[in-house]
Amino acid sequence: MAVTIGGPSTAATPPLRGELTVSAAASLTESFTRIGRQFRREHPGIRLRFNFASTSSLVSQIQAGAPVDVFASADLSSQDRLAASGNITSAPRVFARNTMQIAVKPGNPLAIKGVGDLTRVGVIGLCGRTVPCGVYAASVLALNKTNVPESQITRGTDAKATLASVAVGDANAAIVYVTDVRAAGKAVSGVAIPARQNVRAIYGVSVVRGSANRAAAQAFINYLLGQEGQATLKSFGFLAP
Amino acid sequence: MLRVTGVATRPNFALDIDIAVGKETVAVVGDNGTGKSTLLQLIAGLHRLNRGHITLDDVVFDSPEQRNFMAPQRRRTALLFQQALLFPFLSVRENVAFSLRRSGTSREAADAAAIAALNRLDALRLADREVGSLSGGESQRVALARALVLAPRVMLLDEPLTSLDRRTRADFRTLLRDEFCSLAIPCLIVTHDDADIEAMCTKEIRLERTTGFEPATLTLAR
Amino acid sequence: MAERQAPSPFTDMNTDQTADRSPASLPPVGRGRRHISPVSLGLSVVAAVAVAFVALPLLGIAWRTPWSSVLEQLSSPAARAALRLSVLTSAVTALCTIVLGTPLAWLIARYEFVGRRLLRAIITVPVVLPPVVSGVALLAVFGRSNGLVGRMLFDTFGTQLTFSPLGVIVSQTFVAMPFYVLAAEAGFTTIDRRFEQLATTLGASEKYIFAGVTLRLAAPALLAGVVLAWARALGEFGATITFAGNIEGRTQTLPLAVYLLLESDPSTAYALSMVMVSVAVAVLVALRGRYLRGNR
Repeated sequence: MAVTIGGPSTAATPPLRGELTVSAAASLTESFTRIGRQFRREHPGIRLRFNFASTSSLVSQIQAGAPVDVFASADLSSQDRLAASGNITSAPRVFARNTMQIAVKPGNPLAIKGVGDLTRVGVIGLCGRTVPCGVYAASVLALNKTNVPESQITRGTDAKATLASVAVGDANAAIVYVTDVRAAGKAVSGVAIPARQNVRAIYGVSVVRGSANRAAAQAFINYLLGQEGQATLKSFGFLAP
Repeated sequence: MLRVTGVATRPNFALDIDIAVGKETVAVVGDNGTGKSTLLQLIAGLHRLNRGHITLDDVVFDSPEQRNFMAPQRRRTALLFQQALLFPFLSVRENVAFSLRRSGTSREAADAAAIAALNRLDALRLADREVGSLSGGESQRVALARALVLAPRVMLLDEPLTSLDRRTRADFRTLLRDEFCSLAIPCLIVTHDDADIEAMCTKEIRLERTTGFEPATLTLAR
Repeated sequence: MAERQAPSPFTDMNTDQTADRSPASLPPVGRGRRHISPVSLGLSVVAAVAVAFVALPLLGIAWRTPWSSVLEQLSSPAARAALRLSVLTSAVTALCTIVLGTPLAWLIARYEFVGRRLLRAIITVPVVLPPVVSGVALLAVFGRSNGLVGRMLFDTFGTQLTFSPLGVIVSQTFVAMPFYVLAAEAGFTTIDRRFEQLATTLGASEKYIFAGVTLRLAAPALLAGVVLAWARALGEFGATITFAGNIEGRTQTLPLAVYLLLESDPSTAYALSMVMVSVAVAVLVALRGRYLRGNR
């Protein structure tokens, strides 16, 4: 067996090996992909795989026995649900925060200024009612006393799909995470929602019970909470925990 | 008198022919690919001559030089194949009455004519049978009735007996001979069986493929 | 278990099978001395695995369905809207595939022309395309904001396909039509052309021959094709959600509703799934009973 010399991990602990599956909320797609690349460089023995989907899909998968090591969610209540069903044992760690924004067509041709305008722009995209970004969006609409009838809402399966309804599809606006708008680049423009009428999304991470590689799972969470992980998340627009 | 004179080309051969058939039954013989079926199709109007003409008495069927082509629907040439090819979605009666219904005859009159035709061929008991339940010989009998109802001016038969068993074949051969006698119209029958020729035919048209790509030609009459 | 020389269910449905009801080849254990070859035993075991593989998940849905409250679940507004929309759109889709697909299938089956193979390949593409990609492709043409045709439709007629039941039908037709066209083409190809020649000499017009002879001869194949296409339309998910969206009561079909409900209201999701399974089984059984036994 080759001995790693001069690696960043301390010489006292043997290098981590094996497979590591991280199930993460869709809104983490870009940031986690980057973090994964850095993490692999630091732990070349670990075969890291990501599974991105809506947080609520991930909960169903894990409850159905999907072999997952780390669960990163866009809310804390999903972590609570998994704790209640016994799928995670330790308390989840908060690793990032996020806020909501209105995604509109590039250049905002309909001159949408705020949440109140969303009643007059035709069909808007929101995440599914039980998906975290859908729950947050519902809160944002409620905070702004804006009532959009269901017949004007197309429901995306996750944050990315919801954003796509504006970026690729015919929806004129969608309420998604700030980070999604940012990651979409030129495909959409963002309309900020003032902090008073906005909500904070809290991202939690935990080791899934039955993980075959707890050491690697813990290493990933440590990396996420560490300086480099936090810096990368920040560069994608996430707020510090 | 049915006259076929001229040339018809198909993708892989050409048929060069000059025949005259009176009110008689003529055998069309020759190796595969010499154009036996093509000849029948030319007469039926399912294929066109490139040059020459096809006439029946003073009716022009096909004459490319004069831009004259009679639609196959109007020629009243009856086809009979090796398989009976009864329309599976029609009853026996509807099959027999097909041509009358196409020419606008009322359902009742067409049905009566179908019954009469079946009766004439001693096949009345088949009138209410399912098409799919008929034997080979029975099917062919119904197909003949269907052809006769057309009141054909020419009969064209493409190996009509080949797929029948020996005894049925003999019966059907006799039936055909008698029918053709009473019809007194030109009948062309493609066959490989000398027994057919002996029993039914007055003449023989032999199509031959000459060497290379030269067209098949007609040679002799008995 | 009787050995049957059944043809493939969707190609040769006219075949009369009354002749090949051979006696059982696998007698009950302990009776007689009939030989069971190792090959047929091996094949039977694998076949049993295949049957279990398909049947068990279906039973799984039946198992999870809340039978005591199934009617209640199905009468929720979202479930009823999805049911109604799916029935409506898949039926219209079936109609569209017949109207658009029949002439196309006929053309491909009957005429030899330049680009025929390419045409055939192109219309088959949606079968292998990931449905979401199909949806994106549809957006690129029929989308209101990014699609050329879609913009024209909106500007001239005020019609918007996206986010409307019409868009659902477009998505379903796009992915389902190839199934019909391929089945219909096979049907047209296997027709003995001499039927049509006979009909011609018997005085049938070209129009009559197409409608009254060709189509009727091909009817079993066409019907099988429609059923395949309809089933594919009923189960359509990816193209629909991408192109037509997921609006409750307007574009949220059964599969979309099931997917969304799976997390919020699993029992309704299972009840709806059970509906889909039952409908599919009922239709397939009815069709097989009618057309595979060879009686018309």
